[in-house]
Amino acid sequence: MTAEWPLWEIFIRSQHGLAHKHVGSLHAPDAELAIKNARDVYTRRNEGVSIWAVRSIDVHASSPGDKETLFEPSNDKVYRHPTFFPMPDEVKHL
Amino acid sequence: MYAQMVETGVKKLQDAADMSPDERAFQARVDADVKIEAKDWMPDAYRKTLIRQIQQHAHSEIVGMLPEGNWVTRAPTLKRKAILMAKIQDEAGHGLYLYSAAETLGVSRDQLVADLHAGKVKYSSIFNYPTLTWADIGAIGWLVDGAAIMNQIPLCRCSYGPYARAMVRICKEESFHQRQGFDIMMAMCSGTPAQKAMAQDALNRWWWPSVMMFGPSDAASVHSAQSARWKIKLLSNDELRQRFVDQTVPQAEYLGLTFPDPDLKWNAETGHYDFGAIDWDEFHAVIKGNGPCNRDRLRTRVKAWDDGAWVRTAALAHAEKSARRAAKAAA
Repeated sequence: MTAEWPLWEIFIRSQHGLAHKHVGSLHAPDAELAIKNARDVYTRRNEGVSIWAVRSIDVHASSPGDKETLFEPSNDKVYRHPTFFPMPDEVKHL
Repeated sequence: MYAQMVETGVKKLQDAADMSPDERAFQARVDADVKIEAKDWMPDAYRKTLIRQIQQHAHSEIVGMLPEGNWVTRAPTLKRKAILMAKIQDEAGHGLYLYSAAETLGVSRDQLVADLHAGKVKYSSIFNYPTLTWADIGAIGWLVDGAAIMNQIPLCRCSYGPYARAMVRICKEESFHQRQGFDIMMAMCSGTPAQKAMAQDALNRWWWPSVMMFGPSDAASVHSAQSARWKIKLLSNDELRQRFVDQTVPQAEYLGLTFPDPDLKWNAETGHYDFGAIDWDEFHAVIKGNGPCNRDRLRTRVKAWDDGAWVRTAALAHAEKSARRAAKAAA
């Protein structure tokens, strides 16, 4: 059996002005074929105007175990949300 | 369904008392409809069951291309041929989305393909039946894809994130498949008497295999109960089958076709259609490898994979050579 083609993560930008979004992964021998395969696998119905292909081994992810240390600190900072500040009804444009 | 009689490896349904603290925390997340993601802790049995289920589903999409591929060169018009090719390309895409979802669980693509080719993992029973006439292409889209949608829409809500997301993509495309099938049936049913007879013959041959596709009643199955608790099986086989029959009967009436089931009739009391006994001996024979086309399907798959080996090797060699040359030029 020959070696397996490397795995790539595919990101598609759906229309001008929106960010690329992860849509899935696929195998391809190199970046050029990753993009060609992504065209066939993920954009058969006008889903995108731009494709990014990133080798899966190059993606570094936060660990599920670190969820609390990473994201808890923002939970007690409710003043970061505009709704924290009650505004009088008669004052407009705030 | 596309994944039939999936084993969970458990002997009895796991209660809170049987679970470790990790397992209890996991089940609490599933119960709260929190999606499980690839890097999250999960029980070994959940991981293995999902690999089996997603893999069977993926193989079904891939093998499902073969009965339809049989008619590409003989489609009645260029338009029908282009549509059929687009549908078959979608099936390949569905297989690829699902293989990717299975790979997030830590199994390699080569292993998945090897398991199929070695006959270790099944694909759906339905794809072991032959496509004898063009009307079969209509019947497959209408009935088989219609049955698949029944099963796949609930799976969009399943507990495993990558699987659920793959199902969302698939469901969006599946509706095209069902409609193109019904469109073929409509064209044939409004054609000559010979064309209508061909449509009727296709329904006669595909009806029971389609109803069987949901698998035997799993009301008493430990595996199904465990899968339901893990939320990777959302509705029972019997519930899905009844929904399928209820939705399909009026569609056939519109076409002016009849069913090969003398016991099929509306039951005003239950609000559902009653239907006749299913020949489960046939189902089990097909599952065991003795359907009309099992050997042919697998042989065709293995040949396609083996014939493509040189392409996979050459593409990899080309990529390595190009990378070496680029590195040299940069040095």
